[in-house]
Amino acid sequence: MARQVKTSRKIAFTVIAWGVGLAIFFPILWTFLTSFKTEADAIADPPLFLNFHWTLENYTAVQERSDYFSHFMNSVIISVGSTLAGLVIAVPAAWAMAFVPGKRTKDVLMWMLSTKMLPPVGVLVPLYLLFRDAGLLDTRIGLVIVLTLINLPIIIWMLYTYFREIPGEILEAARMDGASLKAEILYVLTPMAVPGIASTLLLNIILAWNEAFWTLNLTAANAAPLTAFIASYSSPEGLFYAKLSAASTMAIAPILIMGWFSQKQLVRGLTFGAVK
Amino acid sequence: MATKHSRAAARLMISPAVLLLLGWMIVPLAMTLYFSFQRYNLLMPGMEEWIGLANYQYFLTDPAFFDALINTLLLVGGVLVITIIGGIFLALLLDQPFFGQGVVRILVIAPFFVMPTVSSLVWKNMFLNPVNGLFAHAAKALGLQPYDFFAQAPLASIIGIVSWQWLPFATLILLTALQSLDQEQLEAAEMDGAGPLSRFFYIMVPHLARAITVVILIQTIFLLSVFAEILVTTNGGPGTSSTNLTYLIYAQSLLQFDVGGGSAGGVVAIVLANIVAIFLMRMIGKNLEA
Repeated sequence: MARQVKTSRKIAFTVIAWGVGLAIFFPILWTFLTSFKTEADAIADPPLFLNFHWTLENYTAVQERSDYFSHFMNSVIISVGSTLAGLVIAVPAAWAMAFVPGKRTKDVLMWMLSTKMLPPVGVLVPLYLLFRDAGLLDTRIGLVIVLTLINLPIIIWMLYTYFREIPGEILEAARMDGASLKAEILYVLTPMAVPGIASTLLLNIILAWNEAFWTLNLTAANAAPLTAFIASYSSPEGLFYAKLSAASTMAIAPILIMGWFSQKQLVRGLTFGAVK
Repeated sequence: MATKHSRAAARLMISPAVLLLLGWMIVPLAMTLYFSFQRYNLLMPGMEEWIGLANYQYFLTDPAFFDALINTLLLVGGVLVITIIGGIFLALLLDQPFFGQGVVRILVIAPFFVMPTVSSLVWKNMFLNPVNGLFAHAAKALGLQPYDFFAQAPLASIIGIVSWQWLPFATLILLTALQSLDQEQLEAAEMDGAGPLSRFFYIMVPHLARAITVVILIQTIFLLSVFAEILVTTNGGPGTSSTNLTYLIYAQSLLQFDVGGGSAGGVVAIVLANIVAIFLMRMIGKNLEA
């Protein structure tokens, strides 16, 4: 039974919650606003909130200064590429473990998870040297390989927890109705698996997009995604707040939107199903 | 029912993933271990030789290692305390009925999706900068001396930035756990005369214990490897005052080209991470049976 909530109490909590929410969100909002300011307005004291001269010049400046678009494309290729490659490997594996569990399935799953616990810095040196010798340093394909492998355990785990929730009875029912194995997979299992695969895809693109250890250490100029592009603003020349804001806004906007859509799956994916 | 035929097929479907992860784990690990016993500097090619445990001896007795170890513990511990206490408060707040719950939830979660290099640079320049940052403006408006965050308190500043990034994660998980709490249990306790504080400590906290453990373990895994936030703000300095273990090994390997020493550090980092990992695996393993 729902309790009757007093309106005054609800209004009080509305004020507090919005205050706290806006405070946490403020740095993002401020970055967004600053990206439309002139460099002088960006450091004005007292700060200008909305009453400044709005301009788009920073966005064009960022593109001209360091070819934003090519870094953006690197991010897209690396995050989407590594996620798709991961799914191709993970879907059959998770499928088999969920529907044909063996005695050692649990051990295999736990072992896969344990590879994720390996601190990246522990294998930085050999990977750097292997990449150097193979000519993979500062290439997109090299980063796709690394990000596929580091996120593979998460992809398999997420898919496994989704697949395991597909009831086995529905397969038996389909079989009773005379469905062939092909029809079973195509018309019964696939439609039920698609939402899980989609959530996994979304979360993994977010993780790969924001990955900032390997992308910073294995790229220089050619394959640098947005994480590395933004890092180049850490040693600035002159006034640069507005340009930094414009670059930052463009770097986080697409993923922020995807993230908001995937917030429910986030908990499941990042806790390996331990909290749902 | 699984047949012999389907078992073979299943094995075939799993093997690519297993083989790739096995290679990914064993090849670099074996190389790290091998390099860690070698004198191997990229600036002195051809001088490689077996030197036993000397790299470990140098790495572990280097004062920078001790500093980095303390900084790593402070960073992980500080962020955990802030995000868990803050996360509990935020989860309790977001669980209350109010207008616009969905929107506020989205605002609170947003920092988690901001890439580390962006959040670090935005905080460093637009908020914490002692001349042009918003905090400096605010201090001046109040007639106070602006504070130079990264010079005076570099590690605390990084802890603050990383906490801002991870607070949404803790909040989201604790909120999810809180929403699975049986409302009738709370109402029953209330009717029996339990006040808000005893309801919190005797019903909510025990219910959240599992989620809190998960938050601690998963955040620890990620927080041990904090890197970009240090690279773009302080470069580990001044001195070693904001160098963590990950950054120290990075500096030794890729800035000083000391492959042997960096590898020894890598092995030490792996051993430390494994201690945490064992606890995490037990938690998740238990859940798998449920």
